[in-house]
Amino acid sequence: MEILLSIVIVSSIAAALAAVLVIARKFLVNYGECEIKINDSRSFKVEGGASLLESLTQNRIFVPSACGGRGTCAYCKLKVVEGGGPVVPTEEPYLNAAERKDGVRLSCQVKVRNDLRIQIPEELFAIREYSATCTRIRNLTHDIREFRLELKDPTEMNYVPGQYIQLFCPAYDDNEEVYRAYSIASDPAEGKGIIDLVIRLVPGGICTTWCFEHLKEGDAVRLNGPYGQFRLTDTDAPMIMVAGGSGMAPMKCILHHMKNTGSNRDATYFFGANLVKELFYPELMKELEKDMGKFRFVPVVARPGDDEKWAGETGLVTEALKRTIQDASAYEGYLCGSPGMIDAAIEVMVELGMREDRIFYDKF
Amino acid sequence: MNVSGELTQALVVAFSAAFTGNILLTKFLGMCPFLSVSRQVKTATGLGWAVIFVLTGTCMLNWAVYRYILVPLNLEFLRFILFIVMIAAFVQFVEMVLERYSPVLYQNLGIFLPLITVNCAILGASLFMVIRDYSFINAVSFGLGSGFGWMLAILAMAGIREKLKPERIPKGLRGPGITLIIVGLMALAFIGFTGVLSGG
Repeated sequence: MEILLSIVIVSSIAAALAAVLVIARKFLVNYGECEIKINDSRSFKVEGGASLLESLTQNRIFVPSACGGRGTCAYCKLKVVEGGGPVVPTEEPYLNAAERKDGVRLSCQVKVRNDLRIQIPEELFAIREYSATCTRIRNLTHDIREFRLELKDPTEMNYVPGQYIQLFCPAYDDNEEVYRAYSIASDPAEGKGIIDLVIRLVPGGICTTWCFEHLKEGDAVRLNGPYGQFRLTDTDAPMIMVAGGSGMAPMKCILHHMKNTGSNRDATYFFGANLVKELFYPELMKELEKDMGKFRFVPVVARPGDDEKWAGETGLVTEALKRTIQDASAYEGYLCGSPGMIDAAIEVMVELGMREDRIFYDKF
Repeated sequence: MNVSGELTQALVVAFSAAFTGNILLTKFLGMCPFLSVSRQVKTATGLGWAVIFVLTGTCMLNWAVYRYILVPLNLEFLRFILFIVMIAAFVQFVEMVLERYSPVLYQNLGIFLPLITVNCAILGASLFMVIRDYSFINAVSFGLGSGFGWMLAILAMAGIREKLKPERIPKGLRGPGITLIIVGLMALAFIGFTGVLSGG
């Protein structure tokens, strides 16, 4: 009897508490409909409670974000003019004093609780969500593959060579769905409906693992874009390009574009790899060298394997850069690769006399 | 007992809970958040307020549950499990309220707010209140006093630790080591309050 009574009492109290919490959630966490006004020109209504980034994405405005809304990449910065509430501690490391004064926030950390007025660059409106089909997968090296995506709806993307897209990776195994950023590597001459991506398998990476193990030719994929400020300047300055691994992607696109437009700029492209077998696109680079008189491709192999024949540059890309170019003061620098490589390359370029505002890069 | 007598007694209970019987420094309850959140006065203050609020609230609720449900049914032994359930639900509720009305405090407290659920000072206070057979008013003032005492201790600690930051502490004592020594010294100091109240 006592046992039964105990069970009844404990369960009924727990149930009552659960009911109270459910009701409280309904009233407290319900923010109702909120209006988001953008650039004082357009506005839409959303259900409150989600992050600003999510609410914008739902309304087909794609603010760049590489970390998936965790507040670690700071790509999703935008100006909240009204209604953003105080800056939360997760944002603090990413905002300098001027940005704070201007009302710049990380949109993934701003929760929509009331009406908001925000400002975003107009070009973000050009960013669209695309559905596409993966039509070709090619092995470039043992851990780098080229994926060709043909856009279905809409059928064309107006990207600038050097820009990147965000690929949607659906939930699989125990992973949640994520978006990851990849640079466009296509030859623009093949049409605006073809998006080539060069992806290196990152051990443990959610999206790269999906691309390598789950994505097959013929599969439907989703992506959005284009994003990014990495692009060719319209000067005639000679260029030094430095890339490693899948950093090849935007460089390839830029080089195709230079060839297509008959550019006669002087360009030297240093590409770093650890082993000879990690170099890729050798024929393409030779062809580009032939087509563009002033383009030179300099592959640099850090440590050629014992069974590999290699007559070219060895060591780090930065060392090869120093050996090849003595005075970089007239040059522009274009870099794409790991943060470590980029920081090292910037240091060397500045040392060789390049102006820091003429160095453009895409870190990933 | 008349009203003024009861109020005086409530005051004595609160005072003794905060000083002579400080739940942290004499009972050593609620040590883990005390050690981990006492690095900055700012966050310590936030957590302190949250503990005061939760302690008082749960003391009130648990008193009612004990008095009107468990005692009449002769099920006093259920108090351990039910008190924990009540505390957990209450903290959930506070979390929702904070998220709605004070997002900054909510973000500042971060993981520590849910951790209040397992802060043994909260459960300890509810159990002491039952053992000592407090009236409702006394239970409330005991909750308030205990919470205030806990906040006082963590604030003092955070202040000391902020002052200590530039000091050169022997390597082996850095972090929890020096903190525990300081807690010991603070506890000694609080024993000095014992003589203040005869009935404490």
